[in-house]
Amino acid sequence: MTDKANVLAVEGIGKSFVGFKALDGVDFSIRAGEVHALLGENGAGKSTLIKVLTGVHQPDAGVISLDGQPVHVRDTHHAQSLGIGTVYQEVNLLPNMSVADNLFIGRQPTRYGFIDRRLMERRAREVLAQYDLHLDVASDLSRYSVAIQQLVAIARAVDMSGRILILDEPTASLDRHEVEILFAMIRRLKARGLGIVFITHFLDQVYEVCDHVTVLRNGKLAGSAPTSELPKLDLVKMMLGRTLAVATHGDRRHRPPPEERQLSFKGVGRSRSIAPFDLDIGEGEVIGMAGLLGSGRTETAKLLFGIDAADKGEAWIDGRAVRIRTPQDAVALGFGLCPEDRKSDGIIGDLSIRENIALALQAHRGWFNRLPKREQTAMADRFVKALDIRTTDIEKPVKLLSGGNQQKVILARWLATNPRFLILDEPTRGIDVGAHAEIITLINELCDKGLALLVISSEIDEIVAYSNRVVVLRDRTHLGELSGDEITTSNIMQMIATETGEVPA
Amino acid sequence: MKNMFIPAAARAAPQLGSLALILFLNYLAFPGFFEIRFQDGRLYGSLVDVLNRGAPIIILAIGMTAVIASRGVDLSVGAVMAVSGALAATMTVAGYPVPVAVIAAIGVGLLCGLWNGVLVAYFDLQPIVATLILMVTGRGIAQLITEGSIVTFNEPGLIFFGSGAILGIPVPILIAACLLAVTIVLVRRTALGLLIESIGVNRSASSYAGLNSKLLLLVIYGFCGVCAALAGIIIAADIRGADANNAGLWLELDAILAVVIGGTSLFGGRFSLIMSAIGAIIIQAMNTGILLSGFPPEYNLILKALVIIVILLAQSFSSLGGWAFLKGEFRAKGTRQQ
Repeated sequence: MTDKANVLAVEGIGKSFVGFKALDGVDFSIRAGEVHALLGENGAGKSTLIKVLTGVHQPDAGVISLDGQPVHVRDTHHAQSLGIGTVYQEVNLLPNMSVADNLFIGRQPTRYGFIDRRLMERRAREVLAQYDLHLDVASDLSRYSVAIQQLVAIARAVDMSGRILILDEPTASLDRHEVEILFAMIRRLKARGLGIVFITHFLDQVYEVCDHVTVLRNGKLAGSAPTSELPKLDLVKMMLGRTLAVATHGDRRHRPPPEERQLSFKGVGRSRSIAPFDLDIGEGEVIGMAGLLGSGRTETAKLLFGIDAADKGEAWIDGRAVRIRTPQDAVALGFGLCPEDRKSDGIIGDLSIRENIALALQAHRGWFNRLPKREQTAMADRFVKALDIRTTDIEKPVKLLSGGNQQKVILARWLATNPRFLILDEPTRGIDVGAHAEIITLINELCDKGLALLVISSEIDEIVAYSNRVVVLRDRTHLGELSGDEITTSNIMQMIATETGEVPA
Repeated sequence: MKNMFIPAAARAAPQLGSLALILFLNYLAFPGFFEIRFQDGRLYGSLVDVLNRGAPIIILAIGMTAVIASRGVDLSVGAVMAVSGALAATMTVAGYPVPVAVIAAIGVGLLCGLWNGVLVAYFDLQPIVATLILMVTGRGIAQLITEGSIVTFNEPGLIFFGSGAILGIPVPILIAACLLAVTIVLVRRTALGLLIESIGVNRSASSYAGLNSKLLLLVIYGFCGVCAALAGIIIAADIRGADANNAGLWLELDAILAVVIGGTSLFGGRFSLIMSAIGAIIIQAMNTGILLSGFPPEYNLILKALVIIVILLAQSFSSLGGWAFLKGEFRAKGTRQQ
């Protein structure tokens, strides 16, 4: 690799904030026509590096060079004029303005001092046509899906800058199909000779679309290699600095099924939400739930927990018929649910970690039976230690924690109620690899303690690793159950993909 | 975010500072402002007057704090005051015993609040729209009760609520103080405070945590209605009559303002009842001050707006950590000079 081929290179970049070094002597370079993955756990320094490249932060040390010439990136505007464009995870466009407005905002073509809408819309169509995107550029951006909005944001960044494109977790809120569309666009841009920096948590995507990987850890360079020469396991080791401890609990799978399954749902369903299904769960069992987005996984969880009331079927617990019409009913029966959308259904952002942990138990105890603050503090301290929630203070608002630690807080909230049945909906989504492994270890521990668990996940490897049985869903229907040696990634995939709806054995 | 870590006294500084300043300006405009004398078995003086006149706003602000903390707003409290005042007056004139009339008036306030609560919690109407309905209808209901006229009364038992005194302290002040104390104990000694803040910050997540947020909202709006009814009875008793058109007019805005000055965000969450009460006193101190200073009444609203802008700016400055920033600047300058 010669320096000439590098469009953008940084050498020995350092950046300190009060009290800690966010970046320490990091080298990073990107060539034209290369998709370069930038990986690292939360807090590894990815964002800081990006902010240095885009002029948000000024580095304390090191050199940034563009085409071999040292440059000083003054601010984001200057970065754009140098050809460095950035698209962030949360699309920062204006949904209530038209597609064309969004593409050209701040640089609209004018005529006699007025915006020339016709010219702008024609140019917008031309820009989008390069990507085979044929949208109605005059209609509101909000009419289109998040994926399309993401593509518009990329088109805008490329149109404005056009040499280096930085994509900061662009796939976090996209489903499988939308990710494919995005990747097609990335490949097209790569062919045009752009250098693309791709930040993601999804390792599969790295292997699918990236040529080169650079890993940061604790603000230092942990390693850099062509994707083809770096096996996945080595990559994970590089990221964690330790081996990933996801031991397959094969022995659990071969344990004889429990004599009785205490929780039993028969023919439970809700019209226009999920077709009636049967589900039996015993203590110490982990049921994995696999299926694509929209296959009815979350709907199942909501029904079991009483968020949505079932309109048919019955639930039996310890041989007794019960009614679950509201979450309060479910909590009274010893259920807990860690929801899929952590931000909108999970955390109470402005309240402290202590209050967030105490909330479910407090709601269960009743309005007038207050859990004394001393007990709340003791409980929070206990769970912060037990689940290794990384925080300086339990009185800190929970929104300041990282995704993985927020997930642990919600888990702690339910464990505090001493539940018998926990539903975890995508417990590892949007969490960095380290916390990911910890959550999986936790799932295993809880199961060994005799909890019944239902875990919904898009990561099939993960489901295979910890489940006793796996339920597969498609098109809002429970297709069937796999158990024992049937639980393999390929079986689950096959079942999801089977067109006819017949249930393979 | 940051203001979590600033001690309570420092957080209250803008409000307490504003109150002190306004009281001082009142003193400049009217040197007898701080004089208090005891006469005819009760306390008199401008300061007592501020508290006495401010009592209905304090009472409204207590209910409004709970509503705003739950990420709502109640625009109907002024109209509910008119309804309860009208009912208390009309029933008294019709010969019902005072306790019956007062309990009925509070009951009708509770019903009004529950109505709002049902619309907000169970029909998922936006609070501002849901309560706007009663804000308009309430005046109509009050007019129906009074049959279009101003109902005056001379029943001493009812008048007592407006101008009576116990141990020299005017009854409205006592009612406001008791309500404040009882409410603070209720929200902080039970889990209600935490649960209200919780649904205010994130109602969906609170429901997922097993909190019955609908019932809680219903109770909050019901409580706000009761507060409005109490304020309505005091106002009616004070003027010895029920005026369906003017009783409590625009007071919902004073109540909302008191809560905002007290530092509770209109986006729900953390609240402080004491601070809301201080907010209400600030508003009334301004009203009284403007009257005492002899400004033409046309200037009142403009002056009030100016003072409020100053308070809110000071507040946002301090919650952004502005004071700490300035302190740091001074310290830096000091060391540089050395």
